[in-house]
Amino acid sequence: MLLRRPRVLSGTHFMLGNFAAVEGALAAGCNFFAGYPITPANEVSERMAERMPEVGGKFLQGEDELCSIYALAGAALAGAKVLTATASAGFDYMAEGIEYAISDEIPMVIMDVQRTRGENFATQADVMQMRWGAAGDHELIVLAPSSVQELFDFTIRAFNLAEKYRNPVIVMSETTIALMRERLVIPPADQIKIINRKMTQAQPGDYVPFRAEMGCVPDMAPLGKGYNTLYSINPHNEFGSIKWEPEIFERQYERITQKILMNLDDIVTTDEYQTEDAELILIAYGSETRPCKDAVDVARGQGKKVGLLKLNTVWPVPEKQILAAARKANKILAVEMNMGKYAGEIERVAGCHAEVKRVTKNLGAIHTSGEIVAAIEESLR
Amino acid sequence: MITNPMREALKPNSLPHFFCPGCGAAQVLNFFVRAMDELQIPMSSILGIGGVGCTARIPVYLKLDAMHGIHGRTLPWATGIKLMQPDLKVVIFAGDGDAAAIGGNHLIQAARRNLDVTMIVVNNLNYGMTGGQVAPTTYSTLRTTTTPYGNPEPAFDLVKLVEAAGATFVSRWSTNRPHQSVRAIKKAIQHKGFSFVEIVSQCTTGFGRKAINSASPTKLLDWIKDRSLTISEAEKLSDEDLAGKFVLGDFVDKQAPVFAGSSFLPPEEDE
Repeated sequence: MLLRRPRVLSGTHFMLGNFAAVEGALAAGCNFFAGYPITPANEVSERMAERMPEVGGKFLQGEDELCSIYALAGAALAGAKVLTATASAGFDYMAEGIEYAISDEIPMVIMDVQRTRGENFATQADVMQMRWGAAGDHELIVLAPSSVQELFDFTIRAFNLAEKYRNPVIVMSETTIALMRERLVIPPADQIKIINRKMTQAQPGDYVPFRAEMGCVPDMAPLGKGYNTLYSINPHNEFGSIKWEPEIFERQYERITQKILMNLDDIVTTDEYQTEDAELILIAYGSETRPCKDAVDVARGQGKKVGLLKLNTVWPVPEKQILAAARKANKILAVEMNMGKYAGEIERVAGCHAEVKRVTKNLGAIHTSGEIVAAIEESLR
Repeated sequence: MITNPMREALKPNSLPHFFCPGCGAAQVLNFFVRAMDELQIPMSSILGIGGVGCTARIPVYLKLDAMHGIHGRTLPWATGIKLMQPDLKVVIFAGDGDAAAIGGNHLIQAARRNLDVTMIVVNNLNYGMTGGQVAPTTYSTLRTTTTPYGNPEPAFDLVKLVEAAGATFVSRWSTNRPHQSVRAIKKAIQHKGFSFVEIVSQCTTGFGRKAINSASPTKLLDWIKDRSLTISEAEKLSDEDLAGKFVLGDFVDKQAPVFAGSSFLPPEEDE
């Protein structure tokens, strides 16, 4: 007899990062998964194939990433909370579907386990691709977990934000954490905060599918119940009708972007470590925050006033927090596992208030704390 | 003022439509509305899907929930919807480029899975909306805007393609066979499983001017008619003789289990 596990596996586990992401999705209420095989994201699909039937959800192995991402859009409009998982090269294809989901305000969560081009080594080279991969004006929410526990926690948060803002949300995973086993604590189901999309109370004749105040999100309607909603990628007015009128187009994309930008305090989160009196602050995201934290401890042991600003939300850019760090410290080190990408954002925000130096590594491996300590020493010399 | 009772099937203020004068896709819009009316199925109880192209605009005018605007991805949308709402009837309107080129992989996979949707492919033998470029359905030697010296490639037979892939209802008619087209659409809508109806159609603006040196809809309809034959007539001809011909009729009508997802608990565990 097979043991049918519950939706929320409350308790303490020693779990693979990709599995923790699946458990986070389930705890958030995910009931549809579609994906296409790609390393290092495969364990997400494999565990979903086991778990979805256990909790009464649907699992689809698509014929490609395009099938997967559009099946997500269809299932989400049919009422499901949806997830796909892919890795860098697979994300290329999915950008197309993300563009559609943005324009028709379809909630979905995409897990992107970054890998080096053509290989499966560690990298953060796609931090820009996730933000800018889709064509057209848009805002995206991208969360950057740094541990197995955060893969669980941030995946739940990604679902809540997707539902609340009717927008794709990306969980920026990495080979480092996705393929690592670590302690994971799953709380009791009733202690997990869950947000569900708002469904309209209006009768079919009175429903206006894309009408909302600036900075707000329109309610959704079920399919096949007479609401007669057109979900077109083409420019559409608040009734959903395809219209090309410059003012309607401008207003549509103003609202779609402002619903994110006017709610930054709700969306953007960071953690600070030893920053109170810091003269030098490391700014990092994802798994790179781990050697950074160790390096702060080492530097503090040497009497150096060093701190860490950990970006849990990488997009939208935590401008307020980066600016505060730059005003506090006179030196900023932008640490990341690529040739230097997000550093440009940090320079843009912090550049007028502090000296920003790039600490980059593009060798398919995470920084060691020793490498970051050396960068700190050179900077303070 | 008397209005056509079929106007009830269209969204208010959706006319005038954007089809060129004499376009076959507009006829197929008519065929579909008629089929739904004869079946007495309320329009707003179903979901319409169009990708990109002239045919893809058909559901935009209909009084129903619809998805529109992504080239070739109609079947993936439908797959997600049908897994969550298996009782919702889904009808896809696709041009030949949408269905057979950019969406070709989705087409054969959906047919293989026997996804429970109806797909109406308006085959006008070219990319009409973008200006009459060659398509995988354009017969060899025909001139288009991207085959100015004649098409060197052979064409897909979409009926054979989806039949081989596993479609459980397959039919091909043309815009000059309105009654047969409506009948086939009705059968397809009532069919449980992947039902595929190809309607060979005239594209005056894109195809006609290049391929037959005429933008006249009646000349194009005659051109299609002259190349059309029934299944029994086609049986007497060789593959060479059938090249460049349209074999019309109902090809497949059978039952098979429909797609419901890629993973299930073992039967004894399934409550």
